[in-house]
Amino acid sequence: MDGKLYRADFPIFQIEKSMYLDNAATSQKPQCVIDAEYDFYKSMNANPLRGFYPLSVKATEAYEEARSKVKGFINAASEKEIIFTRNTTESINLIAYSYGLINLCRGDEIVVSITEHHSNLLPWRMVANRTGAKIKYLYPNQNGEFDIKSIDEAITEKTKIVAMGQVSNVLGSLNPVEYVIKKAHEVGAVAVIDAAQSAPHMPIDVQKMNPDFLAFSGHKMFGPMGIGVLYGKKELLEKMPPFMEGGEMVDIVRFDYTKYSELPHKFEAGTVNAGGAVALGAAIDYIGKVGFDVMSQIEESLTKRAFEGMKNIPHLNILGADNAEGHHGIISFTIDDVHPHDVSAILEADGIDVRAGHHCAGPLLEYLGVNSATRLSLMFYNTEEEIDAFIKSLSSIREKMGFKD
Amino acid sequence: MESRSFYNEILTEHNIRPYYKHDIVNPDYTLEGVNPNCGDDIFIKLKCDGDVITDAAFTGDGCAVSQASADIMMGLIIGKKKDEALHLADVFIRMIKGEASEEEIDSLEEASALRDISHMPARVKCAVLGWHTLEELLGDNLPQR
Repeated sequence: MDGKLYRADFPIFQIEKSMYLDNAATSQKPQCVIDAEYDFYKSMNANPLRGFYPLSVKATEAYEEARSKVKGFINAASEKEIIFTRNTTESINLIAYSYGLINLCRGDEIVVSITEHHSNLLPWRMVANRTGAKIKYLYPNQNGEFDIKSIDEAITEKTKIVAMGQVSNVLGSLNPVEYVIKKAHEVGAVAVIDAAQSAPHMPIDVQKMNPDFLAFSGHKMFGPMGIGVLYGKKELLEKMPPFMEGGEMVDIVRFDYTKYSELPHKFEAGTVNAGGAVALGAAIDYIGKVGFDVMSQIEESLTKRAFEGMKNIPHLNILGADNAEGHHGIISFTIDDVHPHDVSAILEADGIDVRAGHHCAGPLLEYLGVNSATRLSLMFYNTEEEIDAFIKSLSSIREKMGFKD
Repeated sequence: MESRSFYNEILTEHNIRPYYKHDIVNPDYTLEGVNPNCGDDIFIKLKCDGDVITDAAFTGDGCAVSQASADIMMGLIIGKKKDEALHLADVFIRMIKGEASEEEIDSLEEASALRDISHMPARVKCAVLGWHTLEELLGDNLPQR
């Protein structure tokens, strides 16, 4: 089972013949998303939320309709809880600056899982450095699973923020975010969930999951680069000061007085990325059309095919879970005595695009005892032929590098 | 480009069985070279007698291209004067940029096996890491350490 049927939706596959297996870095874009951004600038372009003339109203409506689609996508209670940002990194920085720096002080603790992408770690390190709060890491086992007991021990009365990704961008593991959120709330802390790797692959219901903040990027879920989302609970967002000051986020500005706009505009200073938001709306429609059920069926089947093929290659070590089900389309690995850059160079020469390096998760790789790794990451539009070509190329690497076995 | 052609035998041999990847006790010069993007990280160590490099070695880790290139370099510069070594570094770096003449490339002996890297922009930094570090080390007249 694979995604051949859907490849025609993505114009890049007509043009670019390499096999794209680096989907955790960014997804490819379907024609409908490209058209949506094009159409916005072609027929709706005016500065939204500014003018009273019909074109500006049209632009505003398109932008706000996109917000409404995002609200539906994660089942938020209100459009006021949906802030458009550039990406996950900006979303988390917004929380760090407007919530973290304001509410934390010396002696407080921030609990962060060691599996985090730097974007859900470094903002917290900044908050810790400036406020005197302490970072406390949550460590998984070698399979990437978090032990309930270690979560219970890490989250204490001192904890003010708990930050965790829903799916690890290195291990592909699905983290127990609902449990972590519940524990955070028990001690009065807020929970920040990085959904960058989960939003493209599984339905998210923020009312059920109950995070205080949740962030994701448009470009990883078939949308354009430069548009991202921050979901935040209304009562928290209302109390927070703006992240950036400037145009479009104020109602009244006098010589010595500023009245900020209502949510969500308080957090959207400057001219917004309306074209990007509209295209993200189209990406959400596209996901709805294909369906997460179909997408995950294909992705699970491809993950299994890749995992089993990789298991049979001598000297290949998979990071994280010992079964395909624990990987959610992401399989990072090392090959004994071959540097990941050489692995990816050989794959690249065979027309296969994967990522090699530290995957913006330095502390995790340090914890796992590897300097860097190569990562395969799948999307529902990948095919069995691509997986087979990947396995074949992988199997040839040790020999190409001069090893006899 | 087919991967087999640039991961040639000279390169893989120097990567798997380097001659000069070891420590030197009391080196006259030491300098670390890093490619922050890919994590290649090496230390170059030299022993000199006046103007002549009498021993050279490196430690650290990185991809096959960076390791083989550094290993080949060490073999070439031992016994050479510092300015001769700097000249080789200059020729090597120009070869990788695609700016060296055939005659100059021949003068690099085994290091000429890396000439195809000039067609691979993503690997240029790996190939020149050792040579750049050597240039920095000798060219800047660093105080002896």
